[in-house]
Order: sequence, then C-alpha cells, then structure tokens
Amino acid sequence: MLSFASQMHRMLSKYGLVSKQLWEIMQISNILLCNVTDRVSFWFVVTDSSENVTTVPGSEVEAAIRMNRNRINSAFLLSDKTLQFLKITPTLSPPVEPSTPVWLIVFGVVLCLILAGIVFLVVAGIRQRKKKNKESTERENLEEKCEVTITVENGIPCEALDLKAGHINGVFAADNERFTSL
Amino acid sequence: MCRRHNKDHEILFSRERGAFLIPYFIALLFEGIPLLHLELALGQCLRKGSIRAWNTVSPYLGGVGVGSWMVSVLVSLYYNTVLTWVMWYFINSFQEPLPWSACPLNENRTGFNEECYRSTAVNYFWYRKTLNITPNVTESGTLQWWLILCLAACWAIVYLCTIRGIETTGKAIYVTAIFPYLVLTIFLIHGLTLPGATDGLAYLFTPNLNTLKNPRVWLDAATQIFFSLSLAFGGLIAFSSYNSPKNDCEKDAVTVAIVNSMTSLYASIPVFSVLGFKATTGYWDCLDRNIISIINEFDLPEESIMRENYTAWISFLNSSHPEKIAGLKLKSCDLQEFLDQSVSGTGLVFIIFTQAIILMPGSRAWAILFFIMLFCLGLSSMFGNIEGVFTPLLELRIISKTIRKELLSGIICLICFIIALCFTLGSGSYWIDIFDSYAGTVPLLVIAFFEVIGVAYVYKIKRFSKDVKWMTGRKPNLYWQITWRFISPLLLLIVFLAFVALQIQKPSSYAAWNPKYEGFPMKEEKVYPPWVLAICVLLAVLPCVFVPLVALFNLIKQMCRSKDTSFIQPEVFSCQEANCNFCHPKESIPIVSVCKKK
Repeated sequence: MLSFASQMHRMLSKYGLVSKQLWEIMQISNILLCNVTDRVSFWFVVTDSSENVTTVPGSEVEAAIRMNRNRINSAFLLSDKTLQFLKITPTLSPPVEPSTPVWLIVFGVVLCLILAGIVFLVVAGIRQRKKKNKESTERENLEEKCEVTITVENGIPCEALDLKAGHINGVFAADNERFTSL
Repeated sequence: MCRRHNKDHEILFSRERGAFLIPYFIALLFEGIPLLHLELALGQCLRKGSIRAWNTVSPYLGGVGVGSWMVSVLVSLYYNTVLTWVMWYFINSFQEPLPWSACPLNENRTGFNEECYRSTAVNYFWYRKTLNITPNVTESGTLQWWLILCLAACWAIVYLCTIRGIETTGKAIYVTAIFPYLVLTIFLIHGLTLPGATDGLAYLFTPNLNTLKNPRVWLDAATQIFFSLSLAFGGLIAFSSYNSPKNDCEKDAVTVAIVNSMTSLYASIPVFSVLGFKATTGYWDCLDRNIISIINEFDLPEESIMRENYTAWISFLNSSHPEKIAGLKLKSCDLQEFLDQSVSGTGLVFIIFTQAIILMPGSRAWAILFFIMLFCLGLSSMFGNIEGVFTPLLELRIISKTIRKELLSGIICLICFIIALCFTLGSGSYWIDIFDSYAGTVPLLVIAFFEVIGVAYVYKIKRFSKDVKWMTGRKPNLYWQITWRFISPLLLLIVFLAFVALQIQKPSSYAAWNPKYEGFPMKEEKVYPPWVLAICVLLAVLPCVFVPLVALFNLIKQMCRSKDTSFIQPEVFSCQEANCNFCHPKESIPIVSVCKKK
C-alpha cells in the first residue's frame, strides 16, 4: 500500500494537474487508502495539505490518472487488464497500421507474377506455332516430290495404330500440339 | 491420371463427423466407385469430351453431356469465388499481428467496435471486413472492390494454368496435388501436440448413431461423394479420353477412390485436433471470464478460484448467495457444446480455423501455410471444372477452327469473371450458399442416374462389358455388374426422392448475419423470398432439363426422317471401332495424314 501511495504522490505532484503551489506541500500522507480488501483493491482519496483538509476533486484525479495510465502501469509492472481503475475506462491505443495496407503490397507481387507467367506462355505459344508452320510447309513441299510407301493392315495404315503409347486425340490436337504424358 | 480433391475440406467440417463415416463409405462403395469406373471407361473408350461422348453412346442421351457441361459452368462460376476468399485471407496473413486477431477500436477509442465486441474478432473480420455482408439476401449491397481484385487474380491464375488446356494443367497439377499433402503432414504433427487435441479426435471417432436416423446425413454423404470424386461433371470423361485405350481403368477407378478417401481421413485428423484445441481454449476462456466476475463480485483473493475447483465454488456460492450469482448472469461453460459448435457452409473454414490459428504460436506462418494449401486444393478442383467447360466447346468444330486455344480459354475465363462479379456484392455469400445447395446437388444426382441407366440399359451392359474387356483385358466382375445394373440407379433414385421430399417438407431458410438482431451474435433464421426460391428451382432444373429436351428433339427428328440412314444407330458402334475411327483424315495431325490412300 505504501508503494502505491508513494507512486500516486509522485505522479500527481510531478505530472498531474495539481497546481504548482500545492506541489511542495503535498506529501505522501495526503494519499489516504481505505476499504482495503484481500484482493488488493481499495479506495483512495487525495487531500491537499492546506489548512482546510479537503480532498482534491475526483475529476482532477481522474484526468491525471487517464493521462498517466502508462506510467502507473509500468511502475507496478501491471497492465490495463490487471490494474483496474473503476469508472476510468482506459483509452486504448489503436493497433499499428502501416501507411499502405500490407495486403495490397502482397497482392501486387502476386498479380505481377501471374501476369508475367501469362505473357510468357502466350508469347512462347505464338513462337512455337510460327516454328511449326514453317516446318509443316517445308514438309509438304518434300512430300509432293517423293513417294511414300505405306504398309496397310485391315485397311488402316500401321503408323496410325500405335496401341502401346498414349493416343493423340485427334479432336483436341487440332493445332498440332503435343500433350504432356499424365 | 489427374485427381481432384473437390471440397474435401467441406466433408471434414460436417457436424456429425463420427457417424458420417458410415454413410460416406456406403455411398462410396455403391455409388462412387461404380460411377467413377463407368465414367473413366467411357471416356477412355470413346476418347471424346462429355457432349460428343454421350451423343455417340446414344443420340437420345446427348442431353446428359449437355447437362454435365451446364453443371460445370455453374459450379465454376461460384467455386472460384471461394478461392477468392482464400486468396484474400492468404494475402492478409502477411500482416503481423494477424488482422483477425484483434477488434478495431470504436470512435472515441474507449472500447472496441460494437459489432466486433459482441461477436468475436474472427467473426467480425469475416463478415464485415471480408464479405461486408448485408442483413438479408434481398439487399444486394455494393460491390466490394478488394474482393473484385482478388477475384480477378484468381481467374488470372486459372487462365494461366489452363491456357493451353491439358498441357499446362498437367504440369500445374504436380504442384497443386503434392503440396497440400506436405502441409497436412506439418499440421498433423503440430495439431497433435496442442492441448485439447485428444478431445477433438475422440469427438471425430465416436459415432453418434442417432444422427444416422436423420436422412439429411445420408443425403449429404451421397452428394458429397459427387463433389469429392468429381462425378457427373464431365471432367472425368474429358481427362480419361487422353489416356491410352489399353489403360486399366478399373484399377484406376478403385485406386482413385481409395486414395481420395484415405486423404480425406488423413486430413481430418489435424483438422479435428485443431478443432478440439479451439474448443478447449474457448471453454477455458469462458471459465476464466466467469471466474473474474465472481472474484470481482465477492472480493475474493486472486487465484482462489481456479478452473479445476470452479464447479465446487459455483455450487457453494449458489447455495450461499443465489441472488448474487443470478445477478452476475454467468454463461454456462460446457466443453461438449464448444465441440458441437460448427458453422455450416463455406464460411466455416474462415471462422473456426482462423480462430484456432491465432491461438497457436507463430500464427502468421501457420496462416500462410494453411491458406496456400486450401488454395492448391481448390485450384485443382477448378482445373477439372474448367476442363469440363473447355473441352466440349473445343469439340464444336466451328469454334476450334476459328479461335485458338489460348483465346478460347481467355474468353471463357473473362466471361466467368464478369458473371462471378455478382458474388462480390454484399449478399454474395448468401448466393454462393444457394448455388452450392441447389446447383451442386440435384443436377448431379439426376445426371449420374441417367448416366448409369444409359450405359446399363440403352447401350446395354453386355456391350459395355465387352468394351471394358477389350481395354483392360478382363471382364468386369459381379460387383460391377450388380452395381451398374441395379444398386447404383436405385440408390441414386432414393437419394433424389429423399432430397425432394425434404425440400418440400419445410420451407428453405438461411441464416443471416444481422447486427441489429436481438439474438446477435446468433444468426437470424430467415426464409427465402419467392423470387429467390424461383432462382433456386431454376438452378436445380436447368441442367436436368436438357436430358429430356435433347431426347425429345432427337425423337422428333427420328420420326420426321425415319428413313434417313445417316442417323447413327447405337448397335453398330463399339470401342474397337471408335479407336480406329480416329484415322479419319479430316480430323488428323500430320502423322495420320499418311492414311490418305496414295
């Protein structure tokens, strides 16, 4: 209790709204504790040590405590939850918010990666198609010149029937592309 | 063979988990595996996408293919919005502390935001900061710009992975299929070390047989199988058409089904240990709050009441000062109640699991890992859906000749993105629940029913068995014969009728998040207005209606041109000929062009 009284005295006199004249006069004994219970809870009043012993108005004490909540808490190594001043709701500090929300930055990174991937694939596809077109025109010119002998079985050429490997599905291969094996 | 984990996380969060395993395995055995084998064999034999495949089986069944295509379109639309939410949470997980861990302050900074304080910070982040949800489905609210950005990114990713169809999808699947296993293992190891994990696991594995009496559980199991194995979407037929015709599709079907179920079980262990951990911490918090109020009220010394002797103290205080205790309005804390708490719907993952993650040390890393895993799971399902949409369109010659693949997939993704913008409205999450319950359940049942009936009785099981024998080398055994002929169609019919009966019994309602509701933070039960109900019915009926429509159309065509021999007769078709038919010069690539008779 003594520790609390001394802390309150220090706070009120040094940082509080108590007028300068009272500063010197006020002593630790001005802080009176009452109704102390087992649970370390109590009432306290602050008196001024002028001739008429009056209590410092509650609103001033409240304002002082509100301003210095942090110091009081840290002096006792307690927090707003463990040191409670009834009827003084703590002014909460807002959560730290960076100027640009973090998620926008991450989103920007992700979007750039996706667009880069799309552009890469589209350009690669166009290049591949140009190369294949060139090759197929060359091959067509070749075929017109030479004769190709085909072995036929059951009316179907053998090259077409390759039953061991995966078939190239004619419907989906309209663009002369190969598929990855699954 | 590509596999998909469609909404596996959905199956895990069913409230009746313990007893759910029984209907799940029955549905898997008699519905899932036979249908899976059927679709794989069909695709492998016919080597076409779903629309043309069913047209080939029988022109009267062409509507089945169109129906699956329609379902794939509807599901792709809303499924990617779920991925949008996952992505939103993912990019928010890089913030320290996690944004859903604390409530924002109110205006005068004396307390927390009221809506947040009365519910929880996690709820607030989900309903307000993410969805900005409206109090009912009729109020549309505004478009949420952050969701639009994430939606655009998600569709861009889908486009990137399906840009050239199966070529790029096949590569992306390696990542999206393997990575979730890694993360699940990490979560498994961590989850088992958390306090309260054993309670969660006990809850998972103790069957509460009373829940089996509820037909809803059986219904959920049956429809869940469809999503889990991606049956009746047309995607399986498209994927298996790329296989070699001599591939053993029977082994594939059984393997896929078993691996799928094992994965589901494997995933449920970390999930339920985390849920148990969350329930235990919630229970402890409840106790602690009560203890503080009691200590404050009775001015007892600190640490006189602990969690262990709480019940003793309560009974003592109740007998000595009952009015004071009643005046405190203490909440009753019951661990079982916390375990039973499960929000249903797609928001479940974002509330319960995110809450559990905050409580873990190193929560930022866990959040990032968790959401990447969810994203991979969802993405691999999206691949199948988009293939189901993309492939039949490619088969329409007009489109494949004039438009290149990259352009076609780009157009599909763009159109879907624009339509899906309506899910980013304030009421979007209600609409997604509607799509989920109506477009993703009834049409699948109907299409699957017609698939089995079509193959078993129109195409005839004998011919199908012969085809399967040609492909795999052995005739399908008794199990397949019985399930294809009798059990599967019967089961599907029963489930469908039960679903319709349940729907008619009570008016469809939904749970709305309304801060002005008296019982807030409980959700308000509201009934769908008639126009919304009409949309629900439309969603359920639209894919199914194609089946009779196409059949009727072909019947009329047949009657008008009864002497036209160019009409394909089902009898002259077989699997062997289907493969040789691909020597057709017109639809060939350079290798096959030498078929031209020179």
